[in-house]
Order: sequence, then structure tokens, then C-alpha cells
Amino acid sequence: MNLGQHAFFIVTAYAAVVIVVALLIGWVIADHRRQHNILRKLEAGGVQRRSARQAAASS
Amino acid sequence: MTPLAAVIRRDLLVALRVGGGALIGVLFFLSVVVLIPSAIGPDLPLLKRIGPAILWLGAMLASLLTLDRLFTADHDDGTLDLIVMSRTPLELTCLAKALAHWIASSIPLIVATPVLALMLNLDAAATLGVILTLVAGTPALTLTGMIGAALSVTLRRGGLLLPVLVLPLSIPTLIFGVVASNAAASGQPLFGAPLSILVALSLFALVVGPLAAAASLRQGLD
Amino acid sequence: MSLIDLANPSRFLRFAGRAMPWLAALTAILMLAGLYQVLMAPDDYQMGAVVKIMFIHVPNAWLAMFVWGVMSIAALGTLVWRHPLADVAAKAAAPIGAAFTFLALITGSLWGRPMWGTYWEWDARLTSVLILFLMYLGIMTLWRAVDDPSRAARAAAILTLVGAINLPIIKFSVDWWNTLHQPASVIRIGGPTIHASLLLPLLTMAVAFSLLFLTLHLAAMRNEILRRRVRTLQLMQAATA
Repeated sequence: MNLGQHAFFIVTAYAAVVIVVALLIGWVIADHRRQHNILRKLEAGGVQRRSARQAAASS
Repeated sequence: MTPLAAVIRRDLLVALRVGGGALIGVLFFLSVVVLIPSAIGPDLPLLKRIGPAILWLGAMLASLLTLDRLFTADHDDGTLDLIVMSRTPLELTCLAKALAHWIASSIPLIVATPVLALMLNLDAAATLGVILTLVAGTPALTLTGMIGAALSVTLRRGGLLLPVLVLPLSIPTLIFGVVASNAAASGQPLFGAPLSILVALSLFALVVGPLAAAASLRQGLD
Repeated sequence: MSLIDLANPSRFLRFAGRAMPWLAALTAILMLAGLYQVLMAPDDYQMGAVVKIMFIHVPNAWLAMFVWGVMSIAALGTLVWRHPLADVAAKAAAPIGAAFTFLALITGSLWGRPMWGTYWEWDARLTSVLILFLMYLGIMTLWRAVDDPSRAARAAAILTLVGAINLPIIKFSVDWWNTLHQPASVIRIGGPTIHASLLLPLLTMAVAFSLLFLTLHLAAMRNEILRRRVRTLQLMQAATA
């Protein structure tokens, strides 16, 4: 595909978008994994939220 | 003496006595006006052209520097809690403090302007333009700055946060201040329009500033 | 299930977990469709192929403003209605909005170089978007400056609303400054002045990026709820230790 004489700018712009969006997606996924792991470790250690305890007690 | 008048009087006395809050602002103003030509070089025609901008930048940064003390001293000794709890509407108290702060900090800057304008090779029309726009615009700077001061006063590392919060809010005032000054300097008949917008910004800040600052203080202290 | 039912964080987490794969898939499909349309799009008779930057620049610029609007509504939710998820929505949106603003600036700059000959120009639109970026950074700093999330939420809400008022003022003031100092370099885009062959890819990409924001925002909100649960549990653990 012929992008003309300014191909560098077009490609760089799209590359920038791809990189930043990839970083955003990566951040969201990594953050999710991290919080999930910490939560699992805490709940395994016996700490429970008040509402979780109430739900467990009422079920 | 009404509570508001007492607040103004107290703030003025504190500012004019302790640590020279007024004088520090002027000294910083002087420093900025000395630093910029030092960086640019002794290009007098250039300095004359950007003179109003240098003065406005200096005034804005100097007033930013002194914003910190708007609420901090009161917060440290517990007066701020009393002020928030008192029967006087918090918005009016914020307005009163802003008035005291403007008198103590911005008026010295305005008084120092003619001397500094001389150093920047500005003529009478330009100097008068800068002074007039500073009078019209520094209330906006103080009042919007007060919002940032109120948000950051209850934070531990709030002092560093204050400029970050206040600068984007103050940019329109800076822009119109410089536009109006330049219009006055070049004798353009367009001086009236940006000046009125500057006054409008100050009036707008007069309403939004105390409201937002009071809301920030309340959420910060409870 | 009405919108108010989503106010319960646990229910929101379940909803988000179910909705996300679909949203992510839809976003990917629309992005691919949009990119295909971009590839097939003709060159502009004036700009040439560089017009292809418009298809990513305009959606990002639009989203930069839109996300501040979302944060403003969330701010109202926090201050006026005390909606429990409003804080979470506001905090989660800020970094995403900042990223879109950053991309708007970068792609705009890269578009400007071949178009105007310069990477940057202090004209109305560029300066106001730059100030918007600074405001995003300020909000994100404020969020991290307060330990207690609900107190941070109220402070951030106030600043968001003040910023929302400031945005039209900035745009207006920089317009004024620009007309008095240098001629405006206005990018004339919009409505009937753009041919359908260029308008369609633009709209597709706009929808695709909006879906991208929605997906990312839901995911970030989910993470924020989890983060708060972690904090609660850690505080409980520290209290009982």
C-alpha cells in the first residue's frame, strides 16, 4: 500500500496508538491478576469482609 | 466587629508581620523578572516586546508561592476546624480570607510592577496596561488558587500538589492578562475586550472559588 | 435488573465479569472493521495518505473530552447522590482519559508535521488539549495523595467539576489569544464537508474507540473494587494482628 512521502508519520502515529492501547490493556489485566492474588492470599489466611461473613452466615 | 471583618483583620496582621508573606512574594517576583532576561540575554527590544508576559508570569508564580499560607497556618493550630464549624457561612469566610490574602500579597506585587517594568524597558502605556490587568486579574488568580489551597491543605504532602492543581485553572487568566497588556502596549483599540473578559474571569472566580474552596475544606476536615 | 441494582459492588463485579468478554470481542471486531475501512479509504486530494491519521486522531481527541464528561457525571454522583460506585468510576476513568488525551496530542503532532510543517503550534486546539492533559495528571495525582479512598473521591470530585467548568473557558480564551497573535490553523472537519468515503471509516473508528474505552473502564472499575477490598482486608488484618 502506497502511503506516500509521509509514510513515516502515518506509521508512527498508528504505532503509538497500538503501543499505548496495548499498555492500557496490559495494565488492566496485570492489575486484575495482582489484586486477585492478594485477595486470595488474604482470604486463605482467614480474613473475611463483614458482608462476606454475613452472606456466609445467612446461607 | 463582625466575624468576617475579624478574619480579614487577623489574616492581614499575620501576613504583614510573620515571615513577611507580602515581602517574600515581591522578592520572588523580582527574582523571576531578573532570571528571565538573564536567560534571554540583554536584548532590549525583545524584552520590551515580551515584557508584559514576563511581568504576568512573575506575578502569577509569586502569587502561587504565597497561596500555600492561605489555609496552612490556620490548619496547623486548629483554627481552621473552628472556622469550618462556626455559624458564619464557610463560603463567606473563604471570601474574606481571599480578600485579605489579595490585599497582603497581590497589592505589593502591583506596587512593585512599575519598578520592574522599568527594568524590562517598558514604556508608560505598557506599564499602565500591565498594572491595570494585574488589578483586574489577580483576584481571579487568588480565588482560583484558593480552590487548590483548600484541596491540598489537609493533605500531608499537599504543598507540592498545590501548583499542579492550580496552574491549569489559572491559564485563562494568564492568557487574557497578557493579551490585554499587549493590546494596551501597542495602543490597539482592542484593549477593552480582553480586559472585560479578565474582569469577567475574576467575577466568575468570585463565585466559584469560595464555593469550591468551602466544599473542599468541609470534605477535607471531616 | 435496573441500573440502581448495579450500585451493589458485588453485583457490579458479577455483571462486569459476564459483560467483559462480549465487550472485548465487540471492540476487537469493530477495530478490525475500522482498520480495514482505513486501509481501503481513498487519499485526500489535498493531504494525500496523511489523512489516515485523522481516523485515529479524531476519535482519541473526542474521547479525551468525553472521558472528562464521564468523570464529571461520576463526580456529581459522588457529591450529590452519594452513589457508591461513582467514586470507583471516577478513579478508574482518569488514567484511561489521560492516555487518550496523550494519544490525541501525539497523533495530532505527527499529523501536524507534514500538514503545517511543525510538530507543535500554540494554537487554540493544541493548547487546550495540552491543558486538559495537565488537568488529568493533576486529578490522578490528587487521587494518590489521599490514603482514604472515599475522602480522595470527594476532593477529586470537586476538582473534576471545577475542571469541567474550566474546559470551555480554556478553549474560549485560547481562541481569543490565537486570533490576536497568529492566524488559527483550523482543521476543518465535520459533517457535510467530509466525503462519505472518509466519513465512514472515521465513524467506525470512533465507535470502536468508544467501545474500547467502555471495556477498559469496566475492567478498571472491577480492579478498583478489588483494590478496595484488599485494602479493607489488610486494615482488618492489621487491626487484629
